[in-house]
Amino acid sequence: MQSNDPLITPELVASHGLKPDEYERILKLLGRTPTFTELGIFSAMWNEHCSYKSSRIHLRGLPTKAPWVIQGPGENAGVIDIGDGQAVVFKMESHNHPSYIEPYQGATTGVGGILRDVFTMGARPIACLNALSFGDPSHPKTRHLVSGVVAGVGGYGNSFGVPTVGGQVRFHTRYDGNILVNAMAVGLADADKIFYAAASGVNMPIVYLGSKTGRDGIHGATMASAEFDDDSEEKRPTVQVGDPFAEKLLLEACLEIMAKGCVVAIQDMGAAGLTCSAVEMGAKGDLGVDLDLDSVPTRETGMSAYEMMLSESQERMLMVLKPEKEKEAEAIFRKWGLDFAIVGTTTPSKRFVVKHGGDVMADLPIKELESEAPLYDRPHVPSPQLPVVHARDVAPPLSVADALEKLIATPELCSKRWVWEQYDHVIGGNTVQRPGGDAAVVRVLDGPKGLALTVDVTPRYCEADPYQGGKQAVAEAWRNITAVGGRPLAITDNLNFGNPERPENMGQFVGCLKGISEACTALEFPVVSGNVSLYNETNGRGILPTPSIGGVGLLDDFTKSASLAFKAEGHPILLIGETQGWLGQSVYLRDVCGREEGAPPPVDLAAERRNGDVVRGMIHAGTATAVHDVSDGGLLIALAEMAMASDIGAVLDAAPEALVPHAWWFGEDQARYIVTVHEKDLLSVFTKLRAVDVPCVQIGLTGGREIAIAGERAVAVKALQHGFESWLPDYMAGKG
Amino acid sequence: MKSAVLVFPGINRERDMARALRLVSGREPAMVWHAETSLPEGTDLVVVPGGFSYGDYLRCGAIAARSPVMDAVRAFASRGGLVLGVCNGFQILCESGLLPGILMRNARLKFICHDVHLRVERSDTPFTRGYNAGQVIRVPVAHGEGNYAADEETIRRLEGEGRVLYRYCSPSGEIGDTHNINGAAQSIAGIINERGNVLGMMPHPENHVEGIMGCTDGRGLFAGLVAHLERAA
Repeated sequence: MQSNDPLITPELVASHGLKPDEYERILKLLGRTPTFTELGIFSAMWNEHCSYKSSRIHLRGLPTKAPWVIQGPGENAGVIDIGDGQAVVFKMESHNHPSYIEPYQGATTGVGGILRDVFTMGARPIACLNALSFGDPSHPKTRHLVSGVVAGVGGYGNSFGVPTVGGQVRFHTRYDGNILVNAMAVGLADADKIFYAAASGVNMPIVYLGSKTGRDGIHGATMASAEFDDDSEEKRPTVQVGDPFAEKLLLEACLEIMAKGCVVAIQDMGAAGLTCSAVEMGAKGDLGVDLDLDSVPTRETGMSAYEMMLSESQERMLMVLKPEKEKEAEAIFRKWGLDFAIVGTTTPSKRFVVKHGGDVMADLPIKELESEAPLYDRPHVPSPQLPVVHARDVAPPLSVADALEKLIATPELCSKRWVWEQYDHVIGGNTVQRPGGDAAVVRVLDGPKGLALTVDVTPRYCEADPYQGGKQAVAEAWRNITAVGGRPLAITDNLNFGNPERPENMGQFVGCLKGISEACTALEFPVVSGNVSLYNETNGRGILPTPSIGGVGLLDDFTKSASLAFKAEGHPILLIGETQGWLGQSVYLRDVCGREEGAPPPVDLAAERRNGDVVRGMIHAGTATAVHDVSDGGLLIALAEMAMASDIGAVLDAAPEALVPHAWWFGEDQARYIVTVHEKDLLSVFTKLRAVDVPCVQIGLTGGREIAIAGERAVAVKALQHGFESWLPDYMAGKG
Repeated sequence: MKSAVLVFPGINRERDMARALRLVSGREPAMVWHAETSLPEGTDLVVVPGGFSYGDYLRCGAIAARSPVMDAVRAFASRGGLVLGVCNGFQILCESGLLPGILMRNARLKFICHDVHLRVERSDTPFTRGYNAGQVIRVPVAHGEGNYAADEETIRRLEGEGRVLYRYCSPSGEIGDTHNINGAAQSIAGIINERGNVLGMMPHPENHVEGIMGCTDGRGLFAGLVAHLERAA
């Protein structure tokens, strides 16, 4: 230990985010007081962000297996087999706290981190998606945060050169002090050339690659594991700075040395930087690691061991190379202008030894750093059951036509074009379906296969009933993939919740997870990767529970995908699935009636599967001319979206007599799709659907330039488009 | 058509460009690393693709313009060889002195990615012979700095000499502020040099060569080049 290191005091321990009992654990494990560097290492490994100490116990219950799963949770990203020797590598991760403190850099490094997770495994990233949750539009910081985050997401992805093809953007006052930035990356690899973190072989050189280490991001992961308060902006120095150019070079260099067969093990330096990556390589490979910090390329002079071990400087990798390939690998890195340094070796000792300036700064049992991390079964209480809102008890304040015009121009339902047009979504030349549809479709290499990609969650449902909300998030991702004709294969989950030390928050987490689990099992849609972000609250007020679900599906032939735009006039419009007129927690109830209340729509997983399989079959058979899932805003909003995408209107029958009109048009019953067909196929479609017991009714015909419901004022598609496209640009221009 | 696609660190649309060239010309282009000092033997089209060369960190295209390979490109152009620069490639050609003017930040200061309409101003050049004069084509843009600017005299010369080949326009071909997506002088989307053998343009014709992208209007540019070179051969 160096003499200028601070003394280990209870205050110092607390400032590292370690609780007294956790510190006791460290003392017991070591049999002595840790050095300052060791304390830093423990705080990095044992914070919530890296150790999943509050969530681990519950995550074990998630279904993670299927015949097509090559790698489930626990690696840098999940891997699934899509046939023909190809694999898809994907994951979603949050960068919430940094993005609130410094929106541009927080968002860029979120995107950079997830891209690195994917190409670390040997995959070339082919698409990005994201889910962004902002505070109420009227909150003074919201506009600034939207502007910074969107510019940051684009700034990184556009420069790196990956198309950003889809996502979600929402506004709600519960994110006022704690926005969510969830970034998902999807990559393509050869199924037999996946790279893992586990080191193998003793006395193998450990190589540091990429950008130099600086003082940015120190304690980033620890910061992300604590609640916010009014002084949170003072944490700005813990936010990392992104360099997409360096990452693009790192990508090309890594893929090149992987193709040349140089790599034994590889781990990117993400949260907790050098510490976490070195420990994972060793612990997973059952080996010790000796690091010599004197060899670490640094951006500034005089960095201490503590700072180097905790820096979260971006665009860095750690690798174990085949010794005979070292020179070849170094030449490739030099060609790309990147740093290359041997900073350590693997050892048989199973210890993590860090040396600096000739001194041993840390000497810790490597496996215990992971395996002995605290594990909590925190108290949790179920959320109270909310009463079902009966549509007949809701007085409609507006006519159906007026409500449609109002809803289409709300922050929840309006077009997010202002956002996704700042993302390069066509680079690669493979974006078959661009943002704005149910799921993006991206061609795989030169085809004919395609991937259907989506991110979904409805946080207001999760808040009202975590179990149903969790099911619904998975079901909607499954449905969106189905609606473009994809076969849903697997998900990545990004679980954003409040402080887990509050039993009601933990109850939300447990409830959502139960719903996610059930839905994944019933829909054969396993979880292959994910990330947990807790402590999303400011001054004691938590976010809406937001388990973002990133779904990946496969199309055997991308030319057989469906889109939501009406294709021609005179096509019969069918509603598939059952409609009860569920208004509880609907956008209509909240934004038209001013009531944010009630139980959310229940999710019948058997019906989801039955209805979805039928719709997918119609797409593949070529009978469906347009398809759209019915979700936020209900039936009429879905119809309006189909009309606006095509400039073709619809002539619709009045609501069935058994239902009050606003419940029919705006209820958010699940497991429903709108499908248009050719007139000539109508009878055969009905016959087939009846045979498999799937509810289906014709509700009208495409045609005209209006949404014309019998007995209601007709609304011009042009007027809807105007409202739909105006809200967000007007708001961002300060006109809102 | 024997084409060469330059690769600078940070360039990211080289694959898109290579695919477009392959699909339209039937020949795989050579990928040429920035540190090379010569072009492959027999090259008859050099393409500088889009991306963020050197991260766009100094000025877009400024560092790439000073790469060793650019000397070879300048020599190639001075012999009359055809050079096409798209997006960052346009910026690099301006920075390397092969084309006049510069590309500033978009007037609305944001990155923009969407389809735009371009009016093809003349069809009697190698870069436009696949189109008719006055034809409107649809191709995507994806840039943050595409706002073309030059001094008045340069603009006068460009216009006077018919060197503006592509202009942002409405779907029916009208030119005006509402269709000028990035604030470019005279709605300029693409220009050629004095000799007519070097084109720089901001939009991405290479992303609209296949039906799967919803439009194949970009094909004409490459098909025209192929036809031109075949006739020349």
